[in-house]
Parts: sequence; structure tokens; C-alpha cells
Amino acid sequence: MSLDKATVAKIAHLARIKVPDSDLEQLAGELNTIMHWVEMLGEVDTQNVEPMTSVVAANLRRRPDAVTDGGYPEKVVANATDATENFFSVPKVVE
Amino acid sequence: MTKLTHLTMADALAGLAAKEFTAVELTQAHLDAMAATKELNAYIIETPDVALKQAADADARYAKGEQRALDGLPLGIKDLFCTEGVQTTAASHILDGFVPPYESTVTTQLFRDGAVMLGKLNLDEFAMGSANITSHYGPVISPWSPKDEAGNFTRKLVPGGSSGGSAAAVAARLALGATGTDTGGSIRQPASFVGIVGIKPTYGRCSRWGIVAFASSLDQAGPMTRTVKDAALMLRSMAGYDPKDSTSIDVPVPDYAAALTGDIRGLRVGIPKEYRVDGMPAEIEKLWQQGIEWLKAAGATPVEISLPHTKYALPAYYIVAPAEASSNLARYDGVRFGLRVEGKDLKEMYENTRAEGFGAEVKRRIMIGTYVLSAGYYDAYYLKAQKVRARIAEDFTKAYELCDVILTPTAPSAAFGIGEKMDDPIAMYLNDVFTVPANLAGLPGLSVPAGLSGEGLPLGLQVLGRPFDEATVLKVGHVIEQAAGPQPLPPLVS
Repeated sequence: MSLDKATVAKIAHLARIKVPDSDLEQLAGELNTIMHWVEMLGEVDTQNVEPMTSVVAANLRRRPDAVTDGGYPEKVVANATDATENFFSVPKVVE
Repeated sequence: MTKLTHLTMADALAGLAAKEFTAVELTQAHLDAMAATKELNAYIIETPDVALKQAADADARYAKGEQRALDGLPLGIKDLFCTEGVQTTAASHILDGFVPPYESTVTTQLFRDGAVMLGKLNLDEFAMGSANITSHYGPVISPWSPKDEAGNFTRKLVPGGSSGGSAAAVAARLALGATGTDTGGSIRQPASFVGIVGIKPTYGRCSRWGIVAFASSLDQAGPMTRTVKDAALMLRSMAGYDPKDSTSIDVPVPDYAAALTGDIRGLRVGIPKEYRVDGMPAEIEKLWQQGIEWLKAAGATPVEISLPHTKYALPAYYIVAPAEASSNLARYDGVRFGLRVEGKDLKEMYENTRAEGFGAEVKRRIMIGTYVLSAGYYDAYYLKAQKVRARIAEDFTKAYELCDVILTPTAPSAAFGIGEKMDDPIAMYLNDVFTVPANLAGLPGLSVPAGLSGEGLPLGLQVLGRPFDEATVLKVGHVIEQAAGPQPLPPLVS
């Protein structure tokens, strides 16, 4: 199966990366090279094999549900391009 | 007397304790060497003020006889570790101006033990690469690159990647040791390319907290040093349980240096037949045989083993790692830190920021990851890759019924030139063919210098071990190091 220009444009949109139309063709070529190469995984028998999500034990540790950190909003927003009164600012979303 | 920058970490500790030189002198010698070798582009930023302050503090402790495990040792920190108050870039344009308000656990522990930070080391952007050519701050040049009589490079060799700045700095004597991270070989392959030691510990051994995430189920931090003993010393400080990383494992950290006894009698060394890949240069095969002979001479027993799914490790990796990366890198959107490129609305601001902020390789991997996780393709690609990953891990479990460690070459070639292997992403990915399986299975792996290629470039051998058995891996690596004998210095420093 091959990725066409429309599919690549859709992936770029999902990934929130602006890709100019003029670059779609080349990017599709690169992605197809990689996707065709990974097709070889189809040769592996994975019947009754559980997918491996982590090499460590599946049960995550628990801790008391207590506040152990925080109280320094100015540090949290210190790296923002645009912060107002300890809030992150973004372009207007609702008209 | 040996130049201060040429000391091993172990010898530097002895010299400091014996008051032969001070930590400030040792640090200044490195800062001077860094100033003289800017052409390598190993450091993204240098932190002389931090370093000299830390060194003076170390000297005060030595004066009182209260020195710590790594007191006064000047190290380089890969610029993927967040360092409080010091810019952290991950070699990406998208992190422009980011100054972490916190310190990673690994660097916290190194500083706790007295280490000195010389600066932040260059790397592939977000640690995605095998040649250190994807950095926003430009490629790193290996100190093994040949020069003409006028002192100009006649060929610029890559130091490997992604920890290319770490590798170049340690090989060029611009740090006694450096931190690295390894998602698919990013400590071991560059260590092999520049002739130093690098170990990726077992997944869960070193905390990932405060390390810029690439692929969370694969990333591990580890030391890059000039001797196996130094790696043992540095790993002991870096490792340990951290409640802030949910995948950190609560097991004791042994005294790794004490494990370097040289006694490997009776140890069974697995030789995986599937690692004889097509087109592997004869000199690599020869080096591998040499390594087997060295271990045999030391009393170990080679055992042929099979890891039947080896050839599927790379394609499985190139689904799992980009999938995790696409999720981890979703946080770079221009809102909370780093670069912001305005747009007509919020969505366009995201798209513009990410288009300008990420380089080509990072975009390619985010797109692959987004695709394999998207509706309709998740089962066919992502789930399938996770199942193949399970079979690869099972191969190792079975192999370790027959052997105690596994010996392989680290990389299928010596270092290549900047600009080579650029056209085809898959040719570049094949650099990691021998290192990726250990990441998928979470196992410890060490690269140790073992000899030179026909061209006179370093080649490494890889020792893989059982989970949490870094001690045996280091012990075997130490035997190889002793058998191989002193290795030549890179031309830049010899």
C-alpha cells in the first residue's frame, strides 16, 4: 500500500506540521520508502503473541493521592513566549 | 607528567586526592582545550562559570578530606538533559531560549557526587540520528578526521550519533567523561566510531526524569568514558531508583568498579549467528573473531546462539520509536516554551511553529509515528510492531538459558564522512542494526574499543547482558579492553 499526496497532507494536518503543497510529492516518496521497508514485519508469525508495551512490569507503582509539588506559577510560565499574570496566552480561539 | 586532559577519571581522582593538582586546574585545562577545538562543534554551549564554581567547591571538600565519589571531575552533559538555569536545546530550533527551572535526576546525582559540568554537548535533533548531522547547531566533526599539513580537514568524519558531541568531546580530551542517552544505539554506536567506552544500562536503571523524551519505552541514559573502569564509576552515580520516573526500578546499585576482576573463567559467551549480516566488511568479522579468541584465552566458553528475529528489530523499532516520538513531541506547540511562529489562528500557530521549529528528520519521524497510530493503521503497524518486539525479547530470554553474555560487533562499519549515506534514510538507519535489539528488549549493552579498521579508524565490540547485570557486562568489557591493549589517540590530540 502506498501513501499518496492526499494521505501525506492528512498526516501533516494530524501532526500539526505545515507542509507546502510543493513538498508533498517528495515527502510521500520518503515516507513510502520507509513504510515499504517495514512491510517485512508481515513475515513474522505473531499469532497468540501479546503486544509488548514495556519491558518493565505492567503494574505501575501507586502513591498516596497527595499534593507534593507546586505553588510556583511564575516558574511554570517562565519559558512562555507570551504569559500574562501567570497564564499562557494564545491567539483567540472563540469568535 | 600526563597532560591533565588525558587522565582517566580514576587517575584524576587519585591525583586530586594526592593534591598533585586542584579541581580548578583540572577544569581550566579542559576549558582551554575546548577553546582550542571549536572546529569540532562538540559543545552547544560552554558553562565555564558553573564549572569553575563547582571545581572550587570540590577543592574546598578535598582540603577538608570530605571528597565525594566523582569530586572535581569535569564532565560534558548531552544537551538532552535538563539543567536548571542553563539552556537546554535538544539540538532543536523549537526549544529556542528554553531554560529549565529544574534539574534532571541523572545530573542531580552526578553533581551530588561532585562532578563538574563543562557545558552542554551537541547531538542529533531530539536524539534522532546516527551521525550527528541533524543538529540545528550544525554537525559535530570527529577528532579522527584527517587533516592536511596546513591543518585543514581533508575529510570530515561523523562521530556517530545521536550522542555525537559526547563521543567527540571524550575522544578529543574535552571532558573526562560525558553523559549520553541511547534509544536505538545512540551511546554505543558513537562510542564505537570514536574509540571510547559507552554503556546503555538496563531500561529502568537510570531515571529518565528531566531528560527530553524521544521514545519513552526505549530511552536510557548512560556514561561515555575512555575506560571501562571510568564507565563503572560514572554509572554508579547516574543509576538508582527515582520515584519521579514511573519506570525506574527499585533495585540496589552495585559497586561496578569492584566487579572488574578480570576473572571470567567458565562464563558462557553467546555468539549470535544472525549477526553475520550480508555485506558486513571482512575487517568487522575479523575483529569479532578476535574478540571471541580473547575471551576464550581468559577462560570463557563461546557458545553459538540464535536470535532468529534479529532482522525484524530495525523495522519494528522504526514503528515503535516514531510512534512514541510523535506523541512525546506533541508538546512542542509554541504555547508554553521555546519557539513560537504566529499564525492567523491557534491551529495555524501550531502548524507554523512546528514547521519552522523541527528539522527534516524529526518531521519525517513524527509523520511516520502519526500515520502508524492513526485510525485504520494502528493494528496493522503499531500493534504488529509491538508483537514483533515481544518475539525479539523472547529470543533473548531463550538465549540467556544457554549463555551469560552476548558478544557482537557494535556497528556494521567504521565512521563515514559527513554527507555520505544522506540520500537514503534506511541506509542511515542500518547503522543501528546491532544495537537496536537491546533497546527493544531493555537489556544492558556496552561498546568497548577493540581495534582499528583498514583505514585506521576505531571499531568497537558490543557486550550484551541479562537485565540488571551491568556488572558482568562491564567485567567482560574490561577483559576485552585489557586484551586489546592501549589504543591509538585520535590524530587531533596525538
